[in-house]
Amino acid sequence: MPIRQQADTKIWKRRTTKAQFAVWFGWLLGVAIFVYCWRLISDKTIWFFVADAPKQAADMAERMVPPKWSYMEVLWAPVWDTINIATLGTLIAIVIAVPVAFCAARNTTPSVHFVRPVALFIIVSSRSINSLIWALMLVTLIGPGVLAGVIAIGLRSIGFCAKLLYEAIEEIDQSQVEAIIATGAARSQQLSFGIVPQILPAFAGISVFRWDINIRESTVLGLVGAGGIGLQLDSSISTLAWTQVSLILLVILATVIVSEWVSAKIRHAII
Amino acid sequence: MSQGASIRRWKRPPFIQNPTLRWGLWVGAAIYLSVAFGTMEINWDRVAEGVVRGERFLAAFFPPDFVTRWDSIQDGILESLWMTITSTVIGIILSVPVGLGAARNLAYKPVYLFCRGILAVSRTFPEIILAIFFVKLFGFGPFAGFLALSVGTIGFYGKLLAEDIEDMDPVQAEAIKSVGAGWLQWLNYSVQPQVMPRMIGLGIYRLDINFRESAVVGIVGGGGIGATLLTSFDRYEFDSAAAILLVIIGIVMVLEYSSGYIRKWVQ
Repeated sequence: MPIRQQADTKIWKRRTTKAQFAVWFGWLLGVAIFVYCWRLISDKTIWFFVADAPKQAADMAERMVPPKWSYMEVLWAPVWDTINIATLGTLIAIVIAVPVAFCAARNTTPSVHFVRPVALFIIVSSRSINSLIWALMLVTLIGPGVLAGVIAIGLRSIGFCAKLLYEAIEEIDQSQVEAIIATGAARSQQLSFGIVPQILPAFAGISVFRWDINIRESTVLGLVGAGGIGLQLDSSISTLAWTQVSLILLVILATVIVSEWVSAKIRHAII
Repeated sequence: MSQGASIRRWKRPPFIQNPTLRWGLWVGAAIYLSVAFGTMEINWDRVAEGVVRGERFLAAFFPPDFVTRWDSIQDGILESLWMTITSTVIGIILSVPVGLGAARNLAYKPVYLFCRGILAVSRTFPEIILAIFFVKLFGFGPFAGFLALSVGTIGFYGKLLAEDIEDMDPVQAEAIKSVGAGWLQWLNYSVQPQVMPRMIGLGIYRLDINFRESAVVGIVGGGGIGATLLTSFDRYEFDSAAAILLVIIGIVMVLEYSSGYIRKWVQ
């Protein structure tokens, strides 16, 4: 701990002078970058609209209440679609993610130099493209509707599930696998008796966690035409039917809270 | 193993111990799947058409065309990056007081409930829905996207910060208190050093998330590369779209690798 001598008392400091300067310089750099970025954004903003926003917000809020409860009859089908998109999408994702994860984990991959990079590339590209962008592409390809949403959610979730799963596979207790090998087990038997039981809880947890995220994501897929409640949200906003919009927002809120509760319960039971 | 008349065979224990629950889950899943597939309206003719079309579609993606629209791609990517940085910074700054208030061991009950409420609301809605409303309120452009991402950041970062503070070691906090530190000193010398390493890591992780999200808020008019991407799709310029997607993947990869590196270095 650096101590500074001042007259004849010793004063304790958290950092040495040099470290202190380094920290200050880091802050300065950070603030400079931030201010620069902010200027660029501010140049592209029409501040008159921003100043006007509180009035607009009050106006919008006024038009949103009370929610049009009778619209709920129309909403049940889209809510069911939204849940289906999330659930079926997650199912597709985990079916594909399992082999990808086994190819990506260092200790189970058939080849570190050829198969593993391919698996990692699949994971990264699936993760870095948002489900909305996947949906955008799929809608042009197979037409608007629920199926495009299911596949978009599926493609997006492969990377997430496979990444967490392969990390779980790499962290397994190797001694159990060795014990299985010692009994003369074949490679497939090692996998099924040595590795799978160890990652099963993680696997179940990851699937449920992703399902929860997918419910949230599938509520917006309708904005690009891929089915679900987003479709109703989009059309209500563009027809300025604000009382319907507020009901849809409430429904989304309820769906998300319920799904979060379910997923927390299940994960709690597993772990 | 006994060599008696009946040979006992070992069976592996099932993952779900309760047999009723296990079979119930299988039956429930089967029923759900049949109902779900039954109610899903899929236009199979259109899908079959799409499969044929897919080939041409994929062919249109290759080779990616970086050159023709490079100016607008560059513009969009830079705008996305600015939005990412500013929204992460502002979001984190705003989430610190909220996170402190939402930690049960720091705040009084009313403050706690209020802050938890803020976190819950800002976490529920996807950034894209927030962006729709901010675009309505503040007009098109990166400012709306910036606000949407900031609100998303508050929900994410505030919640994790609060949880981290609740998990901290109370002994160190007590030690600082016992030497007569004021509240701010107490925060600065006992709470902050304990949560800092993890929070830096999470901040960089959030930067990563914000970049990914900034690529889509443009679809609803919130500025950034999403607008450019949507335009190129609408104009059927799939080779430019492919270039944009590759640029996004590239930046995300760079961010992910560097964030992993920085997190390792911090911890």
